[in-house]
Amino acid sequence: MIESQDFRETTPERLIGEVQGMRDAGYRLVQIGATRTEGFEINYSFDRNLEFVNFKIRLADNTEVIPSISGVYWSAFLYENELHDLFGLNIKNIHIDYQGHFYRVARPAAFAEKPPPPKIKRAVKPTAGTEVKET
Amino acid sequence: MRTIIPFGPQHPVLPEPIHLDLVVEDETVVDVIPSIGFIHRGLEKLVEKKDFQEFVYVAERICGICSFIHGMTYCHGVEQLMKIEVPPRAHYLRTVWSELSRIHSHLLWLGLIADAFGFESLFMHSWRLREKVLDIIEATTGGRVIFGSCKIGGVRRDIENGTLREIAAKLRDYAVEYKDLGNVFLNDLTVKRRLCGVGVLSGPDALGLGSVGPMLRASGVAQDMRLLKYAAYGGIDFAPVTAEEGDSYARCAVRIGEIFQSVEIIRQCSEKIPGGAIEIKVTGLPEGEFYARTEQPRGEVIYYIKANGTKNLERLRVRTPTFANIPPMLKIMTGCQLADVPVLVLTIDPCISCTER
Repeated sequence: MIESQDFRETTPERLIGEVQGMRDAGYRLVQIGATRTEGFEINYSFDRNLEFVNFKIRLADNTEVIPSISGVYWSAFLYENELHDLFGLNIKNIHIDYQGHFYRVARPAAFAEKPPPPKIKRAVKPTAGTEVKET
Repeated sequence: MRTIIPFGPQHPVLPEPIHLDLVVEDETVVDVIPSIGFIHRGLEKLVEKKDFQEFVYVAERICGICSFIHGMTYCHGVEQLMKIEVPPRAHYLRTVWSELSRIHSHLLWLGLIADAFGFESLFMHSWRLREKVLDIIEATTGGRVIFGSCKIGGVRRDIENGTLREIAAKLRDYAVEYKDLGNVFLNDLTVKRRLCGVGVLSGPDALGLGSVGPMLRASGVAQDMRLLKYAAYGGIDFAPVTAEEGDSYARCAVRIGEIFQSVEIIRQCSEKIPGGAIEIKVTGLPEGEFYARTEQPRGEVIYYIKANGTKNLERLRVRTPTFANIPPMLKIMTGCQLADVPVLVLTIDPCISCTER
């Protein structure tokens, strides 16, 4: 059985209202996660009796202000601190704000770096006496 | 007078590092501030450099206890993205190994909680029984903790039908010992005094704080990701084990109940497993995004997989059950006695290695 994947687009301005609606409807906050694309994507996931709903916010860069939802779902403070420490996202009014000290990482906001471009060429391992070629 | 007592990251009751600042008034904890991140490994970032088929090995190493289910969840997510039809026999084998993982994880937890409340012989007895399950796992996969048997498109190893029936029979015999063990946890007066009424979490609080797994089910919420019918769970007859009290005793009772449930699921699998192939050849590259959700011993785990049609995934995000159970842990610790802190930390069955993937 394939679980339904319901993705709904939203904006930072509409986020608190949407999340409050999910809370009022009895949804559980499942997770908040970010993805580095050309900009950033943030997914807020909710569940009610195995019904799975996601809200997606697209940002041009990580300086844009995102309101914290920890006032609606208190447990969100962990996810929001994680997003700040790994992606450098600018989340305002987190209920418990670790100010960048949630994770002890060697490089701040390491996940905000763009992933390397996909490899197109693959080097062929040379064997003795053969000319090195690329495929 | 308020005092702040640091708890962890090095503490006899903690197998892995988490730090808690306990704000206490006399012997009562009035506030708790958690701190993690001591062993963050950045495995999610590694997905940008590893081939998506090779990454199964890394996913399995996110956790040292529920390693198989990590690998299976990753495979499940990629298979859904690529619309791969996994052979039914592979689904059943995955279910068997998942349930063996659940039994050994819960027995491990029973040992740890016994150790936390000072019942050393019960701790050793629990782990003695766990060894027998690890022996079955070793005999069927070659590994005790890292199975290495799951791959995208199926599984690497088969278990003969006769062997599977023998395993089910063995577990039925072990269940007699599990029952004796469970009786001590559930009926012994001193154990009950350490668990009953300690760390009560109501159903609405458990849902509101995002609890998962036994933590949620012990508060009366019958939510179990196996009801999503991934792997072979669609063909298995089972219902989530729940309890109503929401205290440490209820969480213990749910885990003990799930051990017997896993034995029963493996018995059903041994009877219903179909013949046929155990894997199919995987061609093509994944593209799109998918949330894979499965039930680990500690609760719901989530793998978010985003792929762009290359051999490297664009993003892998893992939300582990322990991460979700930290806020409820803070809730149940507020107002508790200082002496109950080790028991309450353990009742969420913390796996910091998972959390700091």
